[in-house]
Amino acid sequence: MIRIAIAATGAVLMAGSAQAQPQRDPLESPTWQGLAASLFGTERVHFDDRVKVEFPAIAEDQHSFPVTVDARGIAGVKRILLFADLNPIPLAIDYSLEAARPYLAARIKLDQRTPVRGAVQLADGSWLVNGGWIDAAGGGCSAPPASRVKGDWAEHLGEMRGIALNGADGTRIRLAFRHPMDTGFVANIPSYHIEHVGLVGAQGRHYGDMQIEASVAEDPAITTIAEAATGEEIKVAGNDTNGIGYEGRLKVAEAPAAFAVR
Amino acid sequence: MLDRRAVLAGLAGMLAMPVQARDFSYVLRPVPVGDGIWVIRGADAAIAMANGGAIANITIIATAAGAVLVDCGPSLRYGQALKAAAEGVTGRPVTRVYLTHLHPDHIYGAGAFDPAIVAATPALAALLKTEGAGFSDGMYRLLGDWMRGTEFAPPGRIIEGGEEVTGGRRLRLVPLSGHSPADLAILDDRTGILVAGDLVFHDRAPSTPHARLGPWRQALTALKALDHRSTIPGHGPVDPTPATAIDQTRDWLDWLEASLRAAVADGRDMVEAGNMAIPPRFARLAAARYELQRSVSHLYPGIEAELLPRIDPRRP
Repeated sequence: MIRIAIAATGAVLMAGSAQAQPQRDPLESPTWQGLAASLFGTERVHFDDRVKVEFPAIAEDQHSFPVTVDARGIAGVKRILLFADLNPIPLAIDYSLEAARPYLAARIKLDQRTPVRGAVQLADGSWLVNGGWIDAAGGGCSAPPASRVKGDWAEHLGEMRGIALNGADGTRIRLAFRHPMDTGFVANIPSYHIEHVGLVGAQGRHYGDMQIEASVAEDPAITTIAEAATGEEIKVAGNDTNGIGYEGRLKVAEAPAAFAVR
Repeated sequence: MLDRRAVLAGLAGMLAMPVQARDFSYVLRPVPVGDGIWVIRGADAAIAMANGGAIANITIIATAAGAVLVDCGPSLRYGQALKAAAEGVTGRPVTRVYLTHLHPDHIYGAGAFDPAIVAATPALAALLKTEGAGFSDGMYRLLGDWMRGTEFAPPGRIIEGGEEVTGGRRLRLVPLSGHSPADLAILDDRTGILVAGDLVFHDRAPSTPHARLGPWRQALTALKALDHRSTIPGHGPVDPTPATAIDQTRDWLDWLEASLRAAVADGRDMVEAGNMAIPPRFARLAAARYELQRSVSHLYPGIEAELLPRIDPRRP
């Protein structure tokens, strides 16, 4: 009954009540308030341990730090954000999923010690957030990518690798692009990055769309889990900020039986 | 009456005490492991404030001409303490410092010595010209004041492989690669002790930031074929046998490579690979999870490029 009453007066009131008692940021990030406002607007935000944000204990390479956001314990997730509060470009990936399980893995740049977080949005618009601090050497966002230093980035632009494996936990889709993912923070190298990747299966079934920022590591490697069938062909379509299109086709195969090596 | 400034300074000093509990001086204890040969054991841990970066094993060898060192630690302060410790146990000045490879926990103490006595192979000297100074930022970030005054000091003496006799003591120099692009192992003729550098780890997980696993395995085969009696590993306790530590290092590298390849083939991302189960036989290896996660960072992209098929229309 209360819900009906609130619905009648609109979302503004809901936002108002949420703002009256904001949940304290468990990570006590110095930029949380402003960042949350820009990412979540007036939607409700809760910190929730069921959003599993996993990463290694140390940032061995601040140019490429792997993070997994796993919200498979939560029903009805429609969107996942991966971000690092203190990066100059906090947001890395904004993933809208459809026939897919709420799971996203990628590698991001780190510009300093920062909270790294995942946020998942439910059908009612509210967000569940979790994450942790990671210490990192500086400069992950302001060093030229290895392929720029080596000078061979253009030769490999557009190369895409991937697999789709149907196993016990759905169809794992792994994509690996060659792209410099320039942040624009290196002298004389303007921002240039893959900005969108979409996954479409048989009969035009949408598995998800990703908006990708330059804070994703050079040569992006991304993992999602789709509800795809063995033998199905999945079309990967993306573009970068110079308007170059990327296209690939993945055939879903059976996952190998065992992963552990003794 | 007490001077107000002095009181304030005293208070500030007291407040600072618990934070500044150490004076950043290394306490080095050379442990004799054979006739005229000592090891200063490093902490079997990651480089951290708690250990001042002193994680590598350093070897001291007495000769009639002076002390010979194999590696010299992570910082100028360490190098200075090492010089005093080596002169203390051998009763002679340091006459030679061999560098085993480029990593800063082994060579950043070189500034405490005359460059003319710091020796490296041509391959290592060339590598250090481009890579040597680059570890400085990271070391200062992790170690703060432990690093005070430390600057990368290039070796001033180029050595080839083969035998060198110093003060009547014959050392066999064995240049190899695999842990890094230029590794050096040294066999002491008198004791049969092999000083293996980071080609060999013992009860401490191997680290792989510049590793190439194929050449590393070949290097382990070459080391195993030497007629040595015991092994001083780069990290971990001295192996009193010829091959226990060599075999353990190879076992870890074999498992690591096979596991990472299986993880890529199974569609796992780096986080999952870094969290994989480590077999019980490696339970005695210190820093195993830490080094596994580092190795995932070092090796995974290369394995992905090898095992994941191209899916774009331009694929060859």
